[in-house]
Amino acid sequence: MDIVELSRLQFALTALYHFLFVPLTLGLSLILVIMESVYVMTGRAIWRDMTKFWGTLFGINFAMGVATGVTMEFQFGTNWAYYAHYVGDVFGAPLAIEGLMAFFLEATLVGLFFFGWDRLSKVGHLAVTAGVAIGSQFSALWILIANGWMQFPVGAKFNPDTMRMEVSDFMAVLFNPVAQAKFVHTVAAGYVTGSMFVLAISALFLLQKRHRPLALRSMTVAASFGLAASLCVVVLGDESGYTASENQKMKIAAIESMWETEPAPASFTLIGIPDREGRKTDYAVKIPWVLGLITTRSVDREVPGINDLVKLAEQRIRNGLIAYETLAKLRADRGNANLRRQLDAHVTDLGYALLLKRYRPDIENATQDDIARAAFSTVPNVPVLFWAFRLMVACGFWFILLFGTAFYFSATRRLDKYRLFLRAALFSLPLPWFAAELGWIVAEYGRQPWVIEGVLPTFLGVSGTGASNVLFSLIGFAVFYSGLAIADVYLMVKYIRLGPDETIGHPVAAPGVTNEVTA
Amino acid sequence: MSYELLRLTWWALLGILLIGFAVMDGFDLGSAALSPFVARNDIERRQILNSIGPVWEGNQVWFILGGGAIFAAWPALYAASFSGFYLAMFAVLAALIFRPLAIVYRSKLDSLRWRAAWDWIFFLTGVIPSLIFGVAFGNLFLGVPFGFDADLRFHSEITLLGLLRPFPLLAGLVSLTMILLHGATWLAMKTDGPVQARARSLTPVLSALFILLFIVAGIWLRALDAYAIAGPLAHEAPSNPMLKTVATTGSWFANYHAMPLLWLAPLLAILGAAAASFLRARPLIAFLGSGLTAAATIATAGLALFPFLLPSSSEPNASLTVWDASSSKLTLAIMLGVTLLFLPIVLAYTGWVFRVMRGPVRASDIAGDHGAY
Repeated sequence: MDIVELSRLQFALTALYHFLFVPLTLGLSLILVIMESVYVMTGRAIWRDMTKFWGTLFGINFAMGVATGVTMEFQFGTNWAYYAHYVGDVFGAPLAIEGLMAFFLEATLVGLFFFGWDRLSKVGHLAVTAGVAIGSQFSALWILIANGWMQFPVGAKFNPDTMRMEVSDFMAVLFNPVAQAKFVHTVAAGYVTGSMFVLAISALFLLQKRHRPLALRSMTVAASFGLAASLCVVVLGDESGYTASENQKMKIAAIESMWETEPAPASFTLIGIPDREGRKTDYAVKIPWVLGLITTRSVDREVPGINDLVKLAEQRIRNGLIAYETLAKLRADRGNANLRRQLDAHVTDLGYALLLKRYRPDIENATQDDIARAAFSTVPNVPVLFWAFRLMVACGFWFILLFGTAFYFSATRRLDKYRLFLRAALFSLPLPWFAAELGWIVAEYGRQPWVIEGVLPTFLGVSGTGASNVLFSLIGFAVFYSGLAIADVYLMVKYIRLGPDETIGHPVAAPGVTNEVTA
Repeated sequence: MSYELLRLTWWALLGILLIGFAVMDGFDLGSAALSPFVARNDIERRQILNSIGPVWEGNQVWFILGGGAIFAAWPALYAASFSGFYLAMFAVLAALIFRPLAIVYRSKLDSLRWRAAWDWIFFLTGVIPSLIFGVAFGNLFLGVPFGFDADLRFHSEITLLGLLRPFPLLAGLVSLTMILLHGATWLAMKTDGPVQARARSLTPVLSALFILLFIVAGIWLRALDAYAIAGPLAHEAPSNPMLKTVATTGSWFANYHAMPLLWLAPLLAILGAAAASFLRARPLIAFLGSGLTAAATIATAGLALFPFLLPSSSEPNASLTVWDASSSKLTLAIMLGVTLLFLPIVLAYTGWVFRVMRGPVRASDIAGDHGAY
């Protein structure tokens, strides 16, 4: 494997791994706020003990999130140095603001969550818990503003003097529609994850006939929060699809395995066998109109197919080559205003010309054949996207059904009546993680060959460090992360087995007991 | 604000963030590195863990923010240093990955082997970054082999062994003793009983060692050839590090000669360490003294290097400086606004957390506390 493949593999591994911990932090932190709010408002000690029990599990997860998050920030520099140089002027800002505004808040206050129970007033401690939750949500916001810009690089332009992208309109970066859609979809997925975690473990307690009061109350919180979240995640995911259809037509076409442009409104392929080499989809089962409605919110606008988009990419490569040649002349003659104007006219396609660098270093001499290959390289891995997307969506609908049922049983006080339901809740535990990882695969793998859509191809972004260094760190991460995963799961299982009484060090307060009696 | 002034401000802010990291996370690292020497049993080890338990996570953000700020304000420096020092960075990362778990996970199981393993890891996560940061700083004075091609694509011939030269290793020891001293004054302030006594008795030794190494490094630095700007370098021009010429015959003390007031920085580094030692009966003063030492040591190095951020030994003209390695003017201005708004807020709630958690962690507090690490 070369350095590009190794670096991509390492990034994929560490990012997917990091995101095992992030969604639980996002969701569980808010669930803790809900539980502790009930405690503060009613004074019932069982809600404090619930907060402490789920808080302990939260702490085990949070530490892993912090540990694996540092890797993500550093990797842009260690493994993607040209990327860091090329877009750092734009991309670095949201990352730095994330640290300053969000991560500082959650990390500083999380210590008080565990150590502050006896040192703070009830309201004071709730404020700390809320601070941790708010910090986590803002953290997600800024990271997704950074990621949204990779999908839809607005508010920036290429500067030939510094040979990089620079911010021209920071507000556009901030209010990037893709970032907004991704943020709400991602945090909603986190809320589903947090709710499922609480729902499944409570279901386990009920199946084992232990800790019934704590489990019932926890499940009620999880059911209502989870239902709202799973409805949001599907609806807001649809919004994500709509914004992607505006600027990432290739990703949409690949998810749909739609090779030819269909007359509007396009049909949605429910299932089929995509064939990338043959450029067709076998055994497709199609639902008329649906794709057109989802992606264009209209009945008369076309959704372009892959083959037409490849043709478009060819044009953009040719246009980009003009920009590339102008840039070379400009470097020899920096003051030439004519050349600058000419560059400005073509610079939006410069990234497309850079796609040719995969096939030859002297891209100004590219042949028709090179251009055709580069244009087809803009097609991502269709079968992977097709299936990842469908599995993710199927999970989404299952969450609505499961949480809807839980909500109904909770409202009718039958949560522990049906063992089948409790088992279904327990065995659904891994599904939100599965769906979230698939979502990132659709988002990031679906953006290939770009690291910044239309601006910088992924293979150009890597560092000049030796491939052996990357292999070494990749193996290191694989070994460390496997060991840490074992420790993490081991501790989680241990505390769940021990149960709430042992975890918090005293019996969970009985329902109805108010704070003053047990404290 | 002019581009020149913005760059200067961001150079100062970079220093402030590094100082924030050294002062705030320094005592966590130092406590970890000292732990095998000042704690002899499980309760004593847990005293150390719980003294930093409520604050280390926030402290570590200084480092993460430092990384983010370099990315946003000095992207060329971020790209060059992080990829150039690849394996050293990986070692730091490994330490930062394991440290949270060594703190949070260690006491969650009642097994001797589990705890002993995490104790070892905890010790290493304190020593490794403290040494590496010093070695990295030392290498800045010698320069490292790197350059850029016409597309400003960074290339380097830096190897891990190539970084382990005598002067950087000495700088690594300066950094390690500085961090150890800061950890010792922290533990003397935040623990009681034998841990406190051992930490306090180590303070004068570490202080003397630091002052000695610091002065030796200074004398050695005088003898080294320094980099100096020789050709045109406009302070307002777009950031392109390939348009100037750099000579390799200067003195790293040139800034100090030009501005004698700067001597205050090394003087304060020594005075702080001396105060930590002589006033160790007053733990808070001693802690502030070692914090001052950490801040002033970083300032001493930064002021000597100015305007260089990362000199290149193989292609000196490609060296990164304050004037040609920054972000665009707009990005620097926006980030300055954001920093001026949020940094005071961060300092306010950090101060509040320290106030809530004030007072020592006593051995007697830990045994019965289920929430404790």
